Amino acid sequence: MAVTKVVMPKLSEQMESGKIIKWLKKEGERVQSGDILAEVETDKADVEMEAFGSGVLRKILVAAGNKAPVGSLIGVIAEENDDINSVVAQAGAPAPAAESGAAAPRDGKAAGDAKPGMADRPAAVPPQPKSEDPAARKPASSMAPSPVGQRAVASSPREMGGAEMSPQPPQGVPSTGGGGGARVKASPLARKIAAQSGVDLKLIHGSGPGGRIVRRDVEAAATAPAASAAPALRPVAQPAASGPEFEDLALSPMRAAIARRMPLSKAPVPHFYVTSEVAMDRAWELREELNGLEGQPKISVNDFIIRACALTLLNHPGVNASFQGESIRVFHRVHMGIAVALEEGLITPVLRDVHAKSLAQIAVEARDLAERARQRKLRAQELSGATFSISNLGMFDVRDFSAIINPPEGAILAVGSVRRVPVVTDEGLGVGRRMALTISCDHRVMDGAMGARFLQDVKKLLEEPLRLLV
Amino acid sequence: MAVMTYREALNLALREELTRDPNVFVIGEEVGLYEGAYKVTQGLLKEFGPKRIVDTPIAESGFTGVGIGAAMVGLRPVVEMMTFNFALLALDQIVNSAAKLNYMSGGQYNVPLVIRGPGGPAHQLAAQHSQSMEVYFYHVPGLKVVRPSTPMDAKGLLKSAIRDDNPVIFIESETLYNIKGEVSEDPDFLIPLGQAIVRREGTDVTVVAYMGMMYRAMEAAEELAKDGISVEIVDPRTLQPLDTQTIIDSVRKTHRAVVVEAGAGFAGMGSEIATEITEEAFDDLDAPVLRVTGAQAPMPYARNLERLKTPTKEKIADAIRRVCYANESR
Repeated sequence: MAVTKVVMPKLSEQMESGKIIKWLKKEGERVQSGDILAEVETDKADVEMEAFGSGVLRKILVAAGNKAPVGSLIGVIAEENDDINSVVAQAGAPAPAAESGAAAPRDGKAAGDAKPGMADRPAAVPPQPKSEDPAARKPASSMAPSPVGQRAVASSPREMGGAEMSPQPPQGVPSTGGGGGARVKASPLARKIAAQSGVDLKLIHGSGPGGRIVRRDVEAAATAPAASAAPALRPVAQPAASGPEFEDLALSPMRAAIARRMPLSKAPVPHFYVTSEVAMDRAWELREELNGLEGQPKISVNDFIIRACALTLLNHPGVNASFQGESIRVFHRVHMGIAVALEEGLITPVLRDVHAKSLAQIAVEARDLAERARQRKLRAQELSGATFSISNLGMFDVRDFSAIINPPEGAILAVGSVRRVPVVTDEGLGVGRRMALTISCDHRVMDGAMGARFLQDVKKLLEEPLRLLV
Repeated sequence: MAVMTYREALNLALREELTRDPNVFVIGEEVGLYEGAYKVTQGLLKEFGPKRIVDTPIAESGFTGVGIGAAMVGLRPVVEMMTFNFALLALDQIVNSAAKLNYMSGGQYNVPLVIRGPGGPAHQLAAQHSQSMEVYFYHVPGLKVVRPSTPMDAKGLLKSAIRDDNPVIFIESETLYNIKGEVSEDPDFLIPLGQAIVRREGTDVTVVAYMGMMYRAMEAAEELAKDGISVEIVDPRTLQPLDTQTIIDSVRKTHRAVVVEAGAGFAGMGSEIATEITEEAFDDLDAPVLRVTGAQAPMPYARNLERLKTPTKEKIADAIRRVCYANESR
């Protein structure tokens, strides 16, 4: 006898609500712990949601296509005979409901009672739960920390007990992620055409069986924007095309998440910036030497920077820290967020315990993360829990720039290109490789001098790069 | 060119080859005096005499063995199976001797043998006489397997089979003996083994089908053309060696494929072709390859049940609509 509540898991730091793409189990179907129950679309990725308990999926409270706030009840797993009325009744308002007509009779009166509260149509639920009626929001947040089902879903690390210092997501989160990466169902031909025409399959609705994206879907998507993009690219001198003057593009889930999150960082987090220039000549030579060795993974400049920051952060815990309102949480491990640019936005997968990893390990794992980020194949636990982030625009011939902090992290390092520039040496004027590093810091957590000292030590490591190997 | 029946085309092929090559002879049950159970050997005894047109007892294993032995020493026998279902009695001769002697003798012997006769479902011939026997043979290394769908192919492929230096299984169909078509009267007209043909050009879906199923696919294609679905039909003609290239080329064009076969689907020709397509043209596919096959059941005698067991025009059309993501008709 175990009634397991199925709640909308928190799959990333930023996640406030998730959309059920589809249920892979039907009401009345038997499920084993670990079975994939449903696919959930978060702001960052599509993730498979695992069952945490075994039994019968007695009730689905949020139908496919609908959104639910993190922590809200979306289904119930129990044995045939278990009474789930009270659990279902608790669901109350926060869960946008399935059309539960067919299911209601099974669960008797209580389910029926719950129904009016759940009758909101999905469209009525705004993507940002915070803007919802606070009264409606309340039960959801009060429910999240007290799941009845074992292991259900805990919230972000911030909300965990003060004793828990590790930023790693609590147990429940990885198991919900369950190794499921983003998976788009598309015919091989549709994939090929999408790749050739630059159409993002994530953004297309599939018209084939089970939502499979087929050729006609990709072609429709490819022709629509392309037709309007073409005139825009023409030189101004050309006679104006007859096309529309502008168009409003729908926000992708990722773009919407970025749009929602960034003001929440830039406005409330008082940023300050410190820039330093690093002589990269020796690091450059060392990297070439390392990459010349047979059987070694290829190491990028960014891998050097990740390693240098990881080592430095151990000695500068004040920079590896997060503002918690009443306190500052200082992390003793370094989990590095690495910003990866995508067509439709950007994503910051997390390299865990990077302070304990060699340069080669970092190179291999960072490349794997970046590649899977581009394929939207990241697991949920790889998208949250960073203690510090690096954003590198070096490949775009950028001298320097400053990045926006990704809360609750306390700082982010912006990396420019390694450029060959004239430098003054003891002998006179020479040519050297220089790179600008700009750290953005949360002034609530640290001050300018702390940021500068951190940067100084990163610079020292990069300028004496053999230190990165020992 | 002349218009003649499939039966007449086979008869012409035999007559031409018997005339051209004195080593060619015909052997089987009722091939001489009775002129063939399906009259394919009509007039041959009279024209070529009993040494070239040999009647045998009801003993498939025996006369197939005679054919293999004769082939080993240089003759070119054409063994007739009254129906190919009877070839089961000669399976050991065919599989263990005909197919393997060239290999096992280290190339000292070859077996230029043709075994021909009707096979596949016909009209109410019931469980034992309706089998798609090609499946028993194309799996065996050393055998070539031909299934000619038209009078022209019947002639051109039978002549190539007789001239081939290795054993060829040549399976005709009771249901096709009376169909008519243009046939070349050129005694040197040959259709090479291992060449498929595009029977109908289309742009939306490739249907691979042979024999009676090819004609049903044609009917389905005509019907679907009214709905704007353009069907291309590829007839493999030879199943072993299979002309994969023609099939793949077609699928690369249409991006969808349906394979039809009369026999049961499990591990059948449809599975083989579907796999070849998936291996060679995966990135060109817009839908899974579908098979339309006979049910996994013995052929019933009752006409209505026979129809249920066998792929029909409607079943083929539905599969085509499915791979085209068009609505199924019923």
